[in-house]
Amino acid sequence: MTRTFDLAVVGAGPAGMAAAIAAKALGMDVLLIDEQAAPGGQIWRGVEGVAATSDGAQLGADYQAGAAVAAALRASGVVYEPATQLWQIEPGWRLFTSREQQADIIEAATVLLATGAQERPAPFPGWTLPGVLTVGAAQILLKTAAQVPDRPVWIAGCGPLPLLYAAQLLRLGGRIAGFLDTAPPGNRRAALPHLPQALRAAGDLLKGLGWMRELRRANVPLVRHVVEIEALGREQVSAVRYRTSDGRERTESASMLLIHEGVVPNIHPTMALGCAHDWSDDQLCWAPALDRWGETSLVGLFVAGDGAGIAGARAASLRGELAAIGIARQAGRLDEGEADQRAGGLRRRLGRELAVRPFLDALFRPRPAVFAPHDDTVVCRCEELTARDIRAAAVGTPGPNQVKAFTRAGMGPCQGRQCGYTVSHLLAAAQKRPVAEVGFYRIRPPLKPVTLGELASLDRPETVG
Amino acid sequence: MSAIASDVIVIGGGLHGLSAALQLARARRKVVVLERAWTGRHASGATAAGVRTLRRDLAEMPLALEAMDMWHRLSAIVGDDCGFKAHGQVCVAETPRHLATLEERAALARRHGYDHEEVIDRPELQRIMPAISSHCVGGLIARRDGSADPHRTLAAFRRSAEAAGVAICEGTGVTAIERRGSDWIAVAGDRRFTAPVVINAAGAWAGQVAAMVGDDIPLGTKASMMIVTEPIEPLVKPVVSALGRSLSFKQTDRGALLIGGGLQGRSDLDGQLAHVAMAELAKGARAAVEIFPAARGVRVARAWAGLEAKTADLLPVIGPSPGAPGVFHVFGFSGHGFQLVPAVGAAMAELVTQGATNRPIAAFAAGRLMTLKAAA
Amino acid sequence: MFRKLHEPASPVTIVVDGAAVTAAAGDPVAAVLLRLEPPIARTTPVGGRPRAPYCMMGVCFDCLAIVDGMPSTQTCRTAVRAGMRVERQHGARVIGQ
Repeated sequence: MTRTFDLAVVGAGPAGMAAAIAAKALGMDVLLIDEQAAPGGQIWRGVEGVAATSDGAQLGADYQAGAAVAAALRASGVVYEPATQLWQIEPGWRLFTSREQQADIIEAATVLLATGAQERPAPFPGWTLPGVLTVGAAQILLKTAAQVPDRPVWIAGCGPLPLLYAAQLLRLGGRIAGFLDTAPPGNRRAALPHLPQALRAAGDLLKGLGWMRELRRANVPLVRHVVEIEALGREQVSAVRYRTSDGRERTESASMLLIHEGVVPNIHPTMALGCAHDWSDDQLCWAPALDRWGETSLVGLFVAGDGAGIAGARAASLRGELAAIGIARQAGRLDEGEADQRAGGLRRRLGRELAVRPFLDALFRPRPAVFAPHDDTVVCRCEELTARDIRAAAVGTPGPNQVKAFTRAGMGPCQGRQCGYTVSHLLAAAQKRPVAEVGFYRIRPPLKPVTLGELASLDRPETVG
Repeated sequence: MSAIASDVIVIGGGLHGLSAALQLARARRKVVVLERAWTGRHASGATAAGVRTLRRDLAEMPLALEAMDMWHRLSAIVGDDCGFKAHGQVCVAETPRHLATLEERAALARRHGYDHEEVIDRPELQRIMPAISSHCVGGLIARRDGSADPHRTLAAFRRSAEAAGVAICEGTGVTAIERRGSDWIAVAGDRRFTAPVVINAAGAWAGQVAAMVGDDIPLGTKASMMIVTEPIEPLVKPVVSALGRSLSFKQTDRGALLIGGGLQGRSDLDGQLAHVAMAELAKGARAAVEIFPAARGVRVARAWAGLEAKTADLLPVIGPSPGAPGVFHVFGFSGHGFQLVPAVGAAMAELVTQGATNRPIAAFAAGRLMTLKAAA
Repeated sequence: MFRKLHEPASPVTIVVDGAAVTAAAGDPVAAVLLRLEPPIARTTPVGGRPRAPYCMMGVCFDCLAIVDGMPSTQTCRTAVRAGMRVERQHGARVIGQ
């Protein structure tokens, strides 16, 4: 029989766990599915196994905080199903999932997507070479397998994450060959007006300064205002070449390069469903349009966490709790007054978390080259198409979907997660239109590559009808 | 406000519109194609691109056979073979009863003078498709059939049309058609186009366009779903269907499996969108893995549903408008129009330039559907 | 390319392209691949280019390998199990009969 729940939560990171726990406490039947084998999402990845260890201490208190939440989830009565991948949602709501090569359909009155974010695709020549990984990937390797680079690593990018990882790596005995800071020269000046407001989250700012101090104390070579990077090598990275804003160019031996140019919300499920999205000029990404409870433009579909807009783990947890209240209110379990009363404190705390965003968004605004790769740069990793291929197809006024049909960009297994933004930016530049107007690929199901056998297995009596 | 004048206005920039435009331009007519979105946006961009005569309604057979000859020399017509591979189309029989049905079909076709549909036994089936499930007992094959690359086909017809002088206006959706003297005026926003001849190749919206000239032709909509998988090593060469199942199974040049067969998603005609109905699509996946068990673990890259027109008898509407002089209809191919494209374009050109055609299109007259409706 | 900070508490043996490898049960298979030489999971269908795990979170699909006979498996989401067979995936997947 197809299983039915009051609420299906997708994603067991901070937002998903907070929402599931809160909704359950409000009396709802809650299912929480997540594609990883253990709770925590990405920021608290592997936290159940690692938090109490010495590695956990080196990862920091923000990371360790996830252990308590994971424990609360386990104790909450929420039906938690890990290693379960969502690959389609249809109105109703019907969720199509797969676990260990077995597909299933779940019905839920309300759905909360807490699928978080991914690192912003930042193509540069050589980024597909073995030896190039995202900073997030390196941190996940640390959290899930206690692995560190076995050689001095180059770190390039901007944002809190490269600094945090660099500090964590140093604490664990890793070596950093150099830190290429890609924040453009004007960022600090642009961020300054937002600093007073950001001081409400002074703790976070101090943390960032602390990480930088750790890097300086370890004498990590720091290069600022890097405008272009390139990974050189044939079968693996063997060198990194970079250019700074004042024209200096250097090539250095390198066998590993970690890249991070910010984080963008995971918009595939909401785009696939046709939800309204807003373009953020501050964060240079799309995010679903949400009301104050986190409901999208589709009734009964909510989003919480970094998928609602990049704001970090604490904001994600608060948004998760708020969504649970909004969902309970919609389901008639709370009246308007009760809901607002419960939400009041959460909204104030969320306000404080969000206060630092304008400062961080300005300070870490990505360099233009992220969106305007050289002709030879691979843009669609799956189909191995270059920026030149995309630019050639951009002639006239085609949108991303026509370019997709013409070049095959976005047709590979990642379904545009690594190339979508780049293609939209290339079209915007070629056609002199704003990116917001160009739009994004139309997302086609399945959201993740389900097998023919799994799909076929749904054609059985108990799932029909 | 002045109108752009031409000899022929083609409404709809899909393959049938482009094919008719191409042939008319080569007959030295000045042709403009008005397309609301972009060429190949709907049915032509969502097609499995099967090049099939196999098991067609016999009314379509003469056009299909003429088209097949054209496919076999397509380079000469549109400057590209469009990736056409004649590995054959096979309808597989899973039981002896199915095989008997296919034998009857072959006999029927032969009685009408068509001997290109051939019954094959299990050993022959095994020889041409080693990966076929062991439970399949035989099939019906048309060896000159095959499949093509839909995007190459679209690109080639468009390129040839433009090279022949056809003007293609994208983003130009016709919202009204007016009569002035012996000319038609197609209104598209603040632009106007005029010509004595209009060809309605508007696919799923052709019924709406027909109504603009006073023809009330009932037309349904299909939202046929397709699956394309990740690329795999060569598995099958012919295009495969199975009697009694909604299945069309082929492998592209790139190695991906393309699985269709007419299972229906959800259509939103006004929104110009179609959505996949996954539980329904599961039936197609099940048919695929039952006929080709080795495909079980292959991953679906994406699925979609394409909007196309459907008529009550699943035959197209091809021919002059019953009521509107100078208007010609070419739509309603009900999921099997791709292969007919080269020949139907030639037929349309003949109709427009000669006023009549020797090609047998009486079965496709619009009037037959309008009579049906009136009688209902 | 990567090394473990500690020896696994309960090491298991898996097989990667026919060679026995010691790993920690529960680690992502992609993590194991990144400790081997070459640190790759596959070569691409179109250009035959080597690819190693890149994002470790399931959104890049560069970590695809054949795990226990199942091709195109995202190794960043697959946990090491004793006796697991991993083969690097070269080009378009091959399917058995």
